[in-house]
Amino acid sequence: MATVTAAPRGATQTGSDLRTVQVRIKRFQPDTNDQPYWQEFTVQVEGKDRLLDALNKIKWQQDGTLTFRRSCAHGVCGSDAMRVNGRNRLACKLLMQDLGARITVEPMLGFPIIRDLVVDMDPFFAKYEKVKPYLINDEPAPHTERLQSPEQRARFDETTKCILCGACTGSCPSVWANSEWVGPASIVNAHRFIFDSRDRGAADRLNILSDRTGVWRCRTIFNCSEACPRGIHVTEAIEEVKRAIMYGSEE
Amino acid sequence: MYRGQSGQWSWLLHRITGLAILLFLLVHIVDITLLGFGPTIYNDAIAIFSTGIIRLVSTALIAALLYHSFNGIRIILIDFWPSGYKYQQQMFYIVLAASIIGFIPMAFYILAPIFGVCPAGACNTPAM
Repeated sequence: MATVTAAPRGATQTGSDLRTVQVRIKRFQPDTNDQPYWQEFTVQVEGKDRLLDALNKIKWQQDGTLTFRRSCAHGVCGSDAMRVNGRNRLACKLLMQDLGARITVEPMLGFPIIRDLVVDMDPFFAKYEKVKPYLINDEPAPHTERLQSPEQRARFDETTKCILCGACTGSCPSVWANSEWVGPASIVNAHRFIFDSRDRGAADRLNILSDRTGVWRCRTIFNCSEACPRGIHVTEAIEEVKRAIMYGSEE
Repeated sequence: MYRGQSGQWSWLLHRITGLAILLFLLVHIVDITLLGFGPTIYNDAIAIFSTGIIRLVSTALIAALLYHSFNGIRIILIDFWPSGYKYQQQMFYIVLAASIIGFIPMAFYILAPIFGVCPAGACNTPAM
């Protein structure tokens, strides 16, 4: 029989949940080594810690040169997208208890690597700008707001959830093969305005997306839908844009 | 290496089988062109298709064709049927099952002559 002893006041409930994990990180430090290399860290974490906490522990206690992006740390800002055990994930949304004792962390594919897990997002945002991701409507503004029915709002609800982390774009073989391709995240954000009843720029956007670097390079591989930390059905959104171009209308 | 799910492997397999079928098409254009050089040359050339190794290659071609055709239907459904994307994984397993079911009798018909079995005159016909 196990004896139960009262925990001292102030002791954390999860104190017994400590575990040791090996975190293998693909590092790139261009000022000292022009080749990427692997480095392994052993770190003590709790099951309810997130991968981001483990990375912070490594950076703060073991190796201050480890470089990664994080900002809000709560799955909203989309800064810490990285490849974890081979799949794109947000480090702040992964619990250590779900990851096993050996974890591989790499920067995302399809982006130029700046340092360690930090990738260059500039081309990503340039492609995002290309699809005009803002409301276009030159009609005189009504006295109050531009009204929209719940059904009209629901039409593009899915794609309003995007946080521009790049997890989908970095998981897409078409992006790896052709860096010119606009990529899933841009199409998701084009979708958000193409199907918005208040917007008048759909024809313009569909025209941009119908050229060689537009939607047609999507080969329905579905890596993007699986990678999206917001659960957006990315491939569905791309298919809807494809059909809108093909049928010549948003309906 | 990215650890993709069935969608990534279905796409990769579609690519590889597509290129393999294209390669066969080139061979096929050459063997059909030989018809222009008279029946003897054509018959001698086409006899190669009855050899054991080419029968093995032919079964690989059958496997590639079956997968590529069924997965092509899956892709068409994803593209044109608005709910298609929801069932892409199930459809991939159906594609694999249909390919295997179609493959077994065809492979038997092509490979049996290697083992001296001649179903429905298979020994007298080149594999392709």
